[in-house]
Amino acid sequence: MLNFIWGTFIIGGLVFSIITGKSDTITDSILSGGKEAISLCITMAGVISIWTGIMEIAEKSGMIKGISKKLDPILSFLFPNIPKNSVAREYIATNFTANFFGLGWASTPAGLLAMEELQKLNKKKDTASDDMCMFMIVNMSSLQLVTMNIIAYRSQYMSKNPSEIIFAGILATVVSTIAGVIFAKVMGRRNKKWKSL
Amino acid sequence: MEKFIIISNLIIPVIVFSTVLFGATKGISIYETFVDGAKKGIATVFDIAPTLIALMMSVYILRSSGLLDIVANLFKPITSITGFPKELVPLCIMRLVSSSASTGLLTDIFATYGPDSFMGRLASVMMSCTETVFYTMSLYFLHINIRKTRYTLAGAIISNIFGIIGAYILTLLLF
Repeated sequence: MLNFIWGTFIIGGLVFSIITGKSDTITDSILSGGKEAISLCITMAGVISIWTGIMEIAEKSGMIKGISKKLDPILSFLFPNIPKNSVAREYIATNFTANFFGLGWASTPAGLLAMEELQKLNKKKDTASDDMCMFMIVNMSSLQLVTMNIIAYRSQYMSKNPSEIIFAGILATVVSTIAGVIFAKVMGRRNKKWKSL
Repeated sequence: MEKFIIISNLIIPVIVFSTVLFGATKGISIYETFVDGAKKGIATVFDIAPTLIALMMSVYILRSSGLLDIVANLFKPITSITGFPKELVPLCIMRLVSSSASTGLLTDIFATYGPDSFMGRLASVMMSCTETVFYTMSLYFLHINIRKTRYTLAGAIISNIFGIIGAYILTLLLF
């Protein structure tokens, strides 16, 4: 998909620039993207490394595990069909917790393992189960509490207070996640009614 | 709304404080662990550098061509009624597709309007509460060979739209 997007951006953008007579700025816009990307990476490397350093401590000290164990009641509400003793619950909890703290490298493997376990419980192997839909929707509703990248970009562009958006971001994340959960619950229930008729 | 900004400013210090304290009481070597983690962070950032270069280059070309303004104008019926800045429409769409391409658009908004403007703050909050839907979905479902994803896409897009609406209202209220 990125091949298509990238190609369209460049070819479409260049053709359109020539049509609209902006050819004097084309060269500058081609070259400045790379320059911007690297200076962004340098700022980001500093900020992100502090975060990943702190999160490494949180992981190694067992703090992340402790938090993911506390998610049990939430998991029972979201996934009533998954048996209590299934490892799927553990993987989902790890994926959610890693997402909260923006640990992409820890959340994706746990998420893929969770999908494998959910597939074992799934009756129709080519169709997503209600639990899978719920898991994916919650996962894609953005769970991240502190978006370190955004804070890094803000400081790169000279924000006076890069972290001022954190609280609003958390509240908006709660809104998007609740909306996703309600939708998934309604859809799941509707399907059950259809089956019982 | 001073209070909310104070809370925002306290979140990172509180996390750093409690993590280091927790690590110390558990008796792990906090300094070495931090350095290990920081190494991962450096690696991650420079791993994505080539992707970022490629996508920021394409976004900048697109941006200066004026094509984005035309896309934004397509949504005029919605933006003019709600007052939602039409300059952020391309960001909303791109966010669903690619995280690096949306980073390009976000930094462009920061460069043009400043991160502390209404537009800059709204873009920041929006980026905090949305996710790259198409990539995540194809990654997870392809992994277990599921072709019928039922209501997953609809649910993810609805939750992202609610996130954007929430971000808009919160930015109006809190800043």
